[in-house]
Amino acid sequence: MTSYQEFIQQNEDRDGVRFSWNLWPSSRLEATRLVVPVSCLFTPLKERPDLPPVQYEPVLCSRANCKAVLNPLCQVDFRAKIWACNFCFQRNPFPPSYAGISDVNQPAELMPQFSTIEYIVQRGPTAPLIFLYVVDTCLEEEDLQALKESLQMSLSLLPPNALVGLITFGRMVQVHELSCEGIAKSYVFRGTKDLSSKQIQEMLGLIKPAASVQQGRPPAPQDPAATCRFLQPVHRVDMNLTDLLGELQRDPWPVPQGKRPLRSTGVALTVAVGLLEGTFPNTGARVMLFIGGPPTQGPGMVVGDELKTPIRSWHDIQKDNARHLKKATKYYEAMANRSSVNGHCIDIYACALDQTGLLEMKCLSNITGGHIVMGDSFNTSLFKQTFQRVFSKDYNGDFRMAFGGVLEVKTSREVKVCGTIGPCVSLNSKGSCVSENEMGIGGTSQWKVCGLNPSTTLGIYFEVVNQHNAPIPQGGRGAIQFVTQYQHSNMQRRIRVSTIARNWADAQSQIQHIESSFDQEAAAVLMARLGVFRAESEEGPDVLRWLDRQLIRLFMFHLRRSPFLQVFNNSPDESSYYRHHFVRQDLTQSLIMIQPILYSYSFHGPPEPVLLDSSSILPDRILLMDSFFQLVIYHGETIAQWRKAGYQEMAEYENFKQLLLAPLDDAQEILQTRFPMPRYVDTEHGGSQARFLLSKVNPSQTHNNLYAWGQETGAPILTDDVSLQVFMDHLKKLAVSSST
Amino acid sequence: MNVNQHTPMASPYGQPQPGYGQPGFAPVDGGYPAPYAPYNGPASAYQPGPPPQGPARGPPTSGAPSAPQQYSQYSHSQGDMQNGPPPMTQAPPRPAASQPYNQGAVNLSGPQPSYPQHYGPQPSMQQVTNQMTGMQITSGPPTPAGPGYDPPHSSQPPVNTAYSAAPPHSYTQAPPPASSAPTQPPAPSGPPASQQYYGGPPPPSQQPFNSSLPPTSQQQFTSHAPPLPSSQQTFPPSSYSGPAPTPSHAPAPPVSQPQQSFPPTQPPFSSAPPPNSHPAFVSGPPPPAQGSFQPRAPPPSSQPGSFPPHGSSPISMPSGQYSGPMPPQQQPPPSQLPPYHSGAPPPRVQMPPTSMAQNNHLPPGPQGPPGPPGSMQQPPPQPGIQGGYPPQQNGAFGQVRGPQPGYAGPYPGQPNYGAPAPAPAPAPAAQKRLDPDSIPSPIQVIEDDKAKSTEPFATGVRGQAPPLVTTNFQVKDQGNASPRFVRCTAYNMPCTADMAKQSQVPLAAVIKPLATLPPDETPPYLVDHGEGGPIRCNRCKAYMCPYMQFIEGGRRFQCGFCSCVTEVPPHYFQHLDHTGKRVDCYDRPELSLGSYEFLATVDYCKNNKIPQPPAYIFLIDVSYNAVKSGMVNIVCQELKTLLDYLPRENPEMDSVVRVGFVTYNKVLHFYNVKSSLAQPQMLVVSDVSDMFVPLLDGFLVNVNESRLVIESLLDQIPEMFAETRETETVFGPVIQAGLEALKAADCSGKLFVFHTSLPIAEAPGKLKNREDKKLIGTDKEKSLFQSQVGFYNTLAKECVAQGCCVDLFLFPNQYVDVATLGVVPVSTGGSVYKYTYFQALSDKERFLNDLRRDVQKLVGFDAVMRVRTSTGIRATDFFGSFFMSNTTDVELAGLDCDKAVTVEFKHDDKLSEETGALMQCAVLYTSCSGQRRLRVHNMAVNCCSQLADLYRNCETDTIINFFSKYAFRGLLNNPTKAVRDTLINQCAQILACYRKNCASPSSAGQLILPECMKLLPVYLNCVLKSDVLMPGADVSLDDRAYLRQLIGCMDVPESHVFFYPRLLPLTKFESGSLPVAVRDSEERLSKGGVYLLETGLHLFLWVGASAQQELLLNIFGTPSFSQIDPSLTSLPVLDNPFSQRMREIIESFRAQRSRYMKLMVVKQEDKSELIFRHFLVEDKSASGGASYVDFLCHMHKEIRQLLS
Repeated sequence: MTSYQEFIQQNEDRDGVRFSWNLWPSSRLEATRLVVPVSCLFTPLKERPDLPPVQYEPVLCSRANCKAVLNPLCQVDFRAKIWACNFCFQRNPFPPSYAGISDVNQPAELMPQFSTIEYIVQRGPTAPLIFLYVVDTCLEEEDLQALKESLQMSLSLLPPNALVGLITFGRMVQVHELSCEGIAKSYVFRGTKDLSSKQIQEMLGLIKPAASVQQGRPPAPQDPAATCRFLQPVHRVDMNLTDLLGELQRDPWPVPQGKRPLRSTGVALTVAVGLLEGTFPNTGARVMLFIGGPPTQGPGMVVGDELKTPIRSWHDIQKDNARHLKKATKYYEAMANRSSVNGHCIDIYACALDQTGLLEMKCLSNITGGHIVMGDSFNTSLFKQTFQRVFSKDYNGDFRMAFGGVLEVKTSREVKVCGTIGPCVSLNSKGSCVSENEMGIGGTSQWKVCGLNPSTTLGIYFEVVNQHNAPIPQGGRGAIQFVTQYQHSNMQRRIRVSTIARNWADAQSQIQHIESSFDQEAAAVLMARLGVFRAESEEGPDVLRWLDRQLIRLFMFHLRRSPFLQVFNNSPDESSYYRHHFVRQDLTQSLIMIQPILYSYSFHGPPEPVLLDSSSILPDRILLMDSFFQLVIYHGETIAQWRKAGYQEMAEYENFKQLLLAPLDDAQEILQTRFPMPRYVDTEHGGSQARFLLSKVNPSQTHNNLYAWGQETGAPILTDDVSLQVFMDHLKKLAVSSST
Repeated sequence: MNVNQHTPMASPYGQPQPGYGQPGFAPVDGGYPAPYAPYNGPASAYQPGPPPQGPARGPPTSGAPSAPQQYSQYSHSQGDMQNGPPPMTQAPPRPAASQPYNQGAVNLSGPQPSYPQHYGPQPSMQQVTNQMTGMQITSGPPTPAGPGYDPPHSSQPPVNTAYSAAPPHSYTQAPPPASSAPTQPPAPSGPPASQQYYGGPPPPSQQPFNSSLPPTSQQQFTSHAPPLPSSQQTFPPSSYSGPAPTPSHAPAPPVSQPQQSFPPTQPPFSSAPPPNSHPAFVSGPPPPAQGSFQPRAPPPSSQPGSFPPHGSSPISMPSGQYSGPMPPQQQPPPSQLPPYHSGAPPPRVQMPPTSMAQNNHLPPGPQGPPGPPGSMQQPPPQPGIQGGYPPQQNGAFGQVRGPQPGYAGPYPGQPNYGAPAPAPAPAPAAQKRLDPDSIPSPIQVIEDDKAKSTEPFATGVRGQAPPLVTTNFQVKDQGNASPRFVRCTAYNMPCTADMAKQSQVPLAAVIKPLATLPPDETPPYLVDHGEGGPIRCNRCKAYMCPYMQFIEGGRRFQCGFCSCVTEVPPHYFQHLDHTGKRVDCYDRPELSLGSYEFLATVDYCKNNKIPQPPAYIFLIDVSYNAVKSGMVNIVCQELKTLLDYLPRENPEMDSVVRVGFVTYNKVLHFYNVKSSLAQPQMLVVSDVSDMFVPLLDGFLVNVNESRLVIESLLDQIPEMFAETRETETVFGPVIQAGLEALKAADCSGKLFVFHTSLPIAEAPGKLKNREDKKLIGTDKEKSLFQSQVGFYNTLAKECVAQGCCVDLFLFPNQYVDVATLGVVPVSTGGSVYKYTYFQALSDKERFLNDLRRDVQKLVGFDAVMRVRTSTGIRATDFFGSFFMSNTTDVELAGLDCDKAVTVEFKHDDKLSEETGALMQCAVLYTSCSGQRRLRVHNMAVNCCSQLADLYRNCETDTIINFFSKYAFRGLLNNPTKAVRDTLINQCAQILACYRKNCASPSSAGQLILPECMKLLPVYLNCVLKSDVLMPGADVSLDDRAYLRQLIGCMDVPESHVFFYPRLLPLTKFESGSLPVAVRDSEERLSKGGVYLLETGLHLFLWVGASAQQELLLNIFGTPSFSQIDPSLTSLPVLDNPFSQRMREIIESFRAQRSRYMKLMVVKQEDKSELIFRHFLVEDKSASGGASYVDFLCHMHKEIRQLLS
């Protein structure tokens, strides 16, 4: 038997699953006592280069409310050609195509190593991918230029048959017709008026008003020519669109002194969503929204156009002073839900120095599985490379993106699913495996994830429902099946099925076993997700208190200080941004977010990870901190002086040069793979940007205790935050005192 | 027109005569004196003119005759006719002058014969008296002739009255009458002036006028006669004696021909000399005339004189005559008169003879030149035709006779009037019918006015009525606004409200603030009073003008309007001279002129911001119909060149007007034509329910900067929509779009909307088809003129607030609800153009010319007009294309050079005769170069405490303008019938009031009309018969609404020709001058002739069925009547003087009107003739409109009822 460490690793590699507990307590009562629920981080589309999809459809359990997929855990009677569902115990005959099945001739889905298997199904027409650019034109000239170039560049990355569309907006919203020769045509919408999907389609000439007579019939993608006007295959409009983008002008409406430009983001999105809704429902599509500022008019406006009224801060929100917040949020949520129903995802690329309203708009991406990218300017490599990376391809040359995913969770009887936390939306599918106890997005066994990529990870929470007095036979296993249907970027429809099982353990007699099966990292992330989920909806202190009560571990110290839970020093937009990524990244990345990694480079030896502590900040060290969102290279005081003196240029100090290069190379490696691109900071002792590092480290030395400790090592942090030491002391005290 | 022949006339006229006649006449007749004497009394009021008539009539009393005469005066023929009866008639001449038209009289064929007699008599009489004598004689013969002549006289007199000044002279032709009058006592005092007129005028007038003044003809006759007589002494004798005596004899072949020619001429009278000739020439009319006329022959002779003039133009003869006479005439009016009298007569005499000779003898030769040739030719034919005469008569004389029968119908009613009168006088025959020639002839009046208006009209004299709108004259601004800017219904306002109410004469002014002046008149000067802005009265805010009285050495000025005293700002101070005038008075336009402009300061700008230059936005319907009809293509093609002609004030500079383009069907397409673009961009706005402008930068552009992009756009628009299947359109949002664009650009401007169909697409301002013929004639009819939805009224208001003027070009194939669509254009000072069943081929030219003119014309934007008046009256009502948010400010989003506003005044206190009444119309506007200006027009009129003065100084054309606007607006709230009745009623009251208070006592059966208003009935009848008030079965509701709106902003010249179309005989041309028009009656058309009729909106070329081959060949290039293509819209360009001249005339007509008139060729007895006949407004109309004669009878009845 391998160690749990290996077991966990193997499971993650094969199925993309990390459970908090790898042995499950056998009764509800015991499970509750464990504080950390039985839960897992599941990466539905984990890249499995070694897993060739099978070209047939899955075999389903014939019980109407089960429909579990045949899997290696099922008992099979090869003679009778019957299999028993391991979830509902229904006995099912194999379909005729399985006639040749036998002990030695098993289909892949019955082999244990195929606990995760992918099917390609030939259902329905395949539709091309759709990319709809929604571009803010209220940008600085420089920004707009950069954005235009990025967009033009992106055209070359798209598959030739992909459909593209362009909507630009400022004070007005323009839907550009791409099929026309000569005069460039666009349909214009007023930026202040909310429109129904039907109105939009009428105004775009996609449906005849008279067609409304045919009640109930969804506006079939009728006249292809009509739809094609706005969404055209890349190969056909490549030149046109490139020119069009090239001629794109800044919003021409004058912006009076003391005003913000009028930006109709809300209507632009409505139009985009309405357009897709009418023309390509239930087809993979990405709405890519590029904004350089907050929506300032119309539905979904986040702030008025008066510059003297600043955009809402956490302070305003707490004081209930953000007058547009609720309305805008509600507006975007409704839109996100509409979009998700049709399987379209929405990305937000927000580049501005000030806030852009991500707080209100985050749901667009959170609910539809789109990306959010936040930067200072479109004219930065952060945006440019991140944007480019959206179109990155896998080893097969396919986009690392999938659309219209539906995740279904099936559980064996002893377990029920409470909910998920991740970029998904409930499909409200009630079933026998749905728990009444909701955690995250609950009350359903199906979720829709409109945009997926290989790293998209959902936290899924379960509940053991087995009663204490109904013991599970020793050696029994609980099983969970994840069925993910999605549209692959090569337009195939695929179904990926992962079936996992864990042993039951009696918490009273096997507590050590259970303990050893604990996956601290997974648990940390899962709990953090719960915390973030709560933080989104509850007041900060309450969440912290809840969390403190739930669990105490080292990372919790950092989690408490992280922007995921703390809003101090972060704008609402930043918080939204961080949280957005936190609830969708896989375990490794999530851990980095919670507790940034700090590497130290010195002449004393190879790079080594060091404590995220102020004591690690030494003059003769170069530090590389990766906090997921930031990548900071910090040169200690001495190193900085050396570098300033130019020693690295001297041949005899080649080693110093090497030392300087080492963190750069490592950083480069991270930058290559990270999505979104982290903010890359190269700073030194005393540099203004050093704050990124200083804010993260444990303030073991502060101006409060500096002299008391009297040490010369490390750098004091000017903060009133408690240090880990203090935190721990306090915790210990709490732990032994009688908790209430 | 006193229909009544008798007494009434005499007395009234007699009186008047004194004034006028005195000069000339006094000397003349000893006999007259007596008659006049009595008249004189009255005359005073009437002035010479009437008086003469009076006397004349007096004698004529015969009643009938007088009437005829009157008419005859107007129409030569009549005159002739009367002449026939001459003896009788003599008197008549004057009557004529006076208004009394004896219905029958004129008609009386009998009278004609008399003419000779006249002459005869005249001869008998002494020379001087000739005419006079004639008159007198008539008087002697009173009965018949009297009446007949009277009219003529009356006509003359009227003139006098009307024109008191110069005009009279010319008219004085009346001289004859005048002469009579003059002869009479007055001679001494009045004589000089009148004489001048008379003396000079008469003779000359005849000759000169002859041509022009129909009246002259009679008068001429008379006058001629007189002159002749006078001259006779010298020349006359011969000629006259010859003719006169001969008349009957003369009629003899030789003469006869000439005579014939004359006879024709007679007809011409009515119209003008030319016509005369024509008639003569044209059909056999002359012949007929001859037949009948022969007796008249003598008159003819005189006529000849007149003719010659016309013809004279042709050559020496004419010239001679003209030159001789004409000059005199012209001169006479001025001052020469006196000399003329003496001198003039001779010339005339000579002339007459000559003319006579010419006509008679020379005609052939002379005729050659102008009319003569024709006449000559015709004459010959005539002779031959003689048999045909009757027909000719139709044309001219014939009508008289022929008509009479025909009229019988009409007369029936008349019986009341003329029947009696005519009967007596017109010994001739069936006088029962009112002779059309015996009733006041518009042509006669027009020609009379032309003849007397030879001097520039100086505006310095308060209360002086300007020449008629049909007359070409030059204006000298001497302190009152030019009549091109302001015309009043009355130049002598009653002092009290009671008087005004009693008379019922509307007190109104038709103001055309930005009228274009002819090149020889100086446009208003621009005055800059510096930063403080224009100097104004502190209290009433009137602007500095000649009526401000400077006092206290020039330190203050007293307002002429409210009498408030205001300090003169130091920078404006100037010393006064010994008369109390500022020394710099003549250096400053605002102190010496009636019209000028101030440069407005920022205080006069909206939001206190200097305005941006205006913008023009073209909004083009691209729905299926628009594309298919070719409209889209035409507009786009045209705009490419037209954009170079946007209005500008300095021809050297590029226009600063920016342009923008929108196309639309159910949705709107805006175009970005920014100069930096390689291709235009189209922005589609489908959200028509909530219109907005999708772009700012690049929508309104400078033409030169964006030329390439614009051209590319205009090339592509027709292509883009070539295959469109969209048939639905919107309209409200289209205007909203333009409005929003202007708002966004923060400027004023004009929208050019090219629209085809009823906007039924779902959008604000959506309309339903509500054309329901069943409603016509019911009380609900008025609703059809109202806007279908309130949306457009609100929209119009917004447009006005922004200074957004809307011009609408409609290309409907069916009902489009002009009443509703026109609301915005009408409220914003815009225009509606309608091209029903537009076809590229045939309507392109009209449309393009309209468009060109519309785009190029100068426009003022965002204008506010305010009319201030002196204490005692107040502007109470306004008519035109504008919007009013309060009761005083007329707001015009756009005001172009063709738009007129009619303002009605009411008393709110007493006026004084010394100070008169002042009005100042100030228009604040933004010029097309973006400059804010104030245009000021000042007008002062007299005030009177005698009703007679009021009636003497009225302008019927202006009154009709007011009435039509008043009535057409009334349609919105009243049943059509009520509106018509109101009009008739008011008209009757006006005339009755005159009859009761101003005319000398006469029998109730006599119709007496004020000289200035003698055309009121005929014009009013035209208004009543217009499609708006009396639609025919084929007149669509849209047409009516269209006309209704169109007339709402017409000025006087336009409304005049609209209601009484100009009908020109085109058989012969004299070089340089137009032929004299003929009356709008089918009877005036000769089968052998070709006529041009214009209404300001339509242009018809009527070709008689038996037009000569040569004529047709010259015009159409084909000798065959049947080969003329009735679908022609322009005449073929043929290389012969006739064709060339014809095209010149057509072009000149078009140039005079604000809208291009498409030429329609109407062949006699073709189907299309029905349309043409619709415009023969003196005839009974197909839709039931009364003929002139009938209506006059009806009017007489009404008046009588009022009097009793």
